[in-house]
Amino acid sequence: MLETTQCPNCKKTDVADIRDCVRQFGRDQGNLIPILHAVQKKYGYLTADATEEIADWLGIHASEVYGTATFYTLFSTKPLGKYVVRLCDSPPCHIEGSLSIQKAIEEDLGVGNGETTEDGLFTLEVVSCFGLCGVAPAIMVNDEVHGNLTPEMIPAILSKYRKEGN
Amino acid sequence: MPLYRSHILVCTGTTCVLKGCTAVQSALIAEIKRRGLENEVKVVETGCLGISEKGPVMIVYPEGVTYCQLKVSDIPEIVEEHLLKGRTVSRLVYTGPVTGEVKPAHPGRQKEQRIVLKNIGIIDPTSIEEYIAYGGYEVLGKALTQMTPEQVVAEVKTSQLRGRGGAAFPTGIKWELTAQAKGDNKSVICNADEGEPGNFKDRLILEGDPHCVVEAMIIAGYAVGAKTGYLYIRGEYHQSVAHTEKAIADAKAMGLLGKDIFGSGFDYDIKVFKGAGAYVCGEETALIESLEGRRGESMVKPPFPPTQGLWGQPTVINNVETLANIPHIILNGGEWYAGIGTEKSKGTKIFSPCGDVFYPGVYEVPFGITMREVIYELAGGTKSGKPFKAVLVGGPSGACVGAESMDKTFAYEDLAPGAGALIVMDEDKCIVDTVNNCLKFFVHESCGQCIPCREGTKRMYEMTKSWTEGQGEEADLALMQALTSNLALTSRCGLGQVAGTAFATSYKLFPDEYLSHVVGAECPTGKCTMTNGGGKNNG
Repeated sequence: MLETTQCPNCKKTDVADIRDCVRQFGRDQGNLIPILHAVQKKYGYLTADATEEIADWLGIHASEVYGTATFYTLFSTKPLGKYVVRLCDSPPCHIEGSLSIQKAIEEDLGVGNGETTEDGLFTLEVVSCFGLCGVAPAIMVNDEVHGNLTPEMIPAILSKYRKEGN
Repeated sequence: MPLYRSHILVCTGTTCVLKGCTAVQSALIAEIKRRGLENEVKVVETGCLGISEKGPVMIVYPEGVTYCQLKVSDIPEIVEEHLLKGRTVSRLVYTGPVTGEVKPAHPGRQKEQRIVLKNIGIIDPTSIEEYIAYGGYEVLGKALTQMTPEQVVAEVKTSQLRGRGGAAFPTGIKWELTAQAKGDNKSVICNADEGEPGNFKDRLILEGDPHCVVEAMIIAGYAVGAKTGYLYIRGEYHQSVAHTEKAIADAKAMGLLGKDIFGSGFDYDIKVFKGAGAYVCGEETALIESLEGRRGESMVKPPFPPTQGLWGQPTVINNVETLANIPHIILNGGEWYAGIGTEKSKGTKIFSPCGDVFYPGVYEVPFGITMREVIYELAGGTKSGKPFKAVLVGGPSGACVGAESMDKTFAYEDLAPGAGALIVMDEDKCIVDTVNNCLKFFVHESCGQCIPCREGTKRMYEMTKSWTEGQGEEADLALMQALTSNLALTSRCGLGQVAGTAFATSYKLFPDEYLSHVVGAECPTGKCTMTNGGGKNNG
């Protein structure tokens, strides 16, 4: 189920604002993924209004916009936490102990894979390799990377974001 | 350009950033200023120096002293002692791994032959001036003003360069097919959707020497008659995106991109396209679908991209490492390149050993090097010092290879390297658990359009999962082998075709370990949590 777009700050819906975000791009379908990146960055997720707006602008069906967005892991159709904690569990991280890191994060945040904390600060996503195999096990928190992790390091890393985010 | 008596290279690669190099660099700049040395000492941000596990790292030239594991509090001492008094601060000098067992300073690096990685860690990747000072864009001038497109293609053919993304298709032939195909809107795509677990070489190239790839893409465009280049970078590679975007903007500002480059009449532009998290988009037809604004689902081939690719037009798709070889081939000639490597595998290959190795990292070596040299000399053997058990060559989609293959050589005619990932496991690691994890990856990354891959990877994952829980049945093993060959024969693209490779190859090497899980409900390494009795549980 798609939700109605809300401004992340004032929580008001503003279709004109979405329109501006979408219409800075050209109208051919090759712009769909760049537009989705822009909407995701601005609102944190893809909303029903945004889906319709993108479909109108590119002259394609809303289901195609939705189908494309849900194909890619970096796009979300529901609100995410302020900090998205992405944990790699592909083989290089897995054999270096990513499951123990996952456990430490889950214990600290009190949420599981794909869930968001009640305060809206953190979403945990267990994902595929993001190329930090040289410092496995690794996580990304939004754009920042943390590697060579041990479970003991997790509370300090997360509390830094908790302080920043509150 | 002012002359400096010292240059300090500070590694600001992704892995050093997470070690805190930004604070160290700021402290260094501030201290140099405080001491009034800003006109004598230049601080240069570079890409990964290859020892980021010991980061933050910096090198002081002209002496070439490498300092590692730096803290902000170390900086005044380095400035005072080294830069003012000319005395090396020996306690901070990099001599090898600092933790654990004492090993000599990484002797393996002498085995490297850096062509693609030549500038990495030496130049500031955000400065086009530095790239040019190191000979950059000279080759582009040569190609555009002294060579015909046919001559460029011929040079690449002579080099016998093959695709470095794993499939190893001859690059010159790909270019020739595209050049000969009819179309008025041809494209060049650089495939930087590096997603195979264990591979991180393309990230290092784009972070550390983005202009090299930009230059190569312009040469490729000239050779095949393209108007536009697309750099498809995976969305998670933030620094790669930032550095290439800056490189392209700077090249444009200097007239190296755009209209009438070098007065040759050749017009060309490059766009950075950010992927959005889909491993399958590394497959060329899926990548094209993604660029055209659709789900990244692979297409049935033929037609192949050189005749019908992006927007239905002839398209060259090359891996980052493949392209990064091009300026060197044009500069030194195809014959020169073909003189490196083995009879059938020319040039160098970048490997990225990781997992249980002492020095995980990125190493460029000529083809023909043995697996032993790469794993033991370059990567320093196992991190734990325990016996080597197996390695996934090329990542989860590659073969599982054991100690008996240690003296095989990396070459297309011997041990094919894939994209270069080497995921090393020591004897404590459970093969069944690792293969189950590989299958988890394929289930997650299958695009879902063809049934063999969508359903097959899921069934294989569920079956191996049950084995790690002691819930297997003897008939499973035959079923698993049947599924492996079914997927190889009937999947639409490479993803499903190779999903069973890690199982099939590791089962040949470690049949007893599989039997012990499946029949005996016992994990010899104790890694797996057996819910069916047997085996010890240490998670």
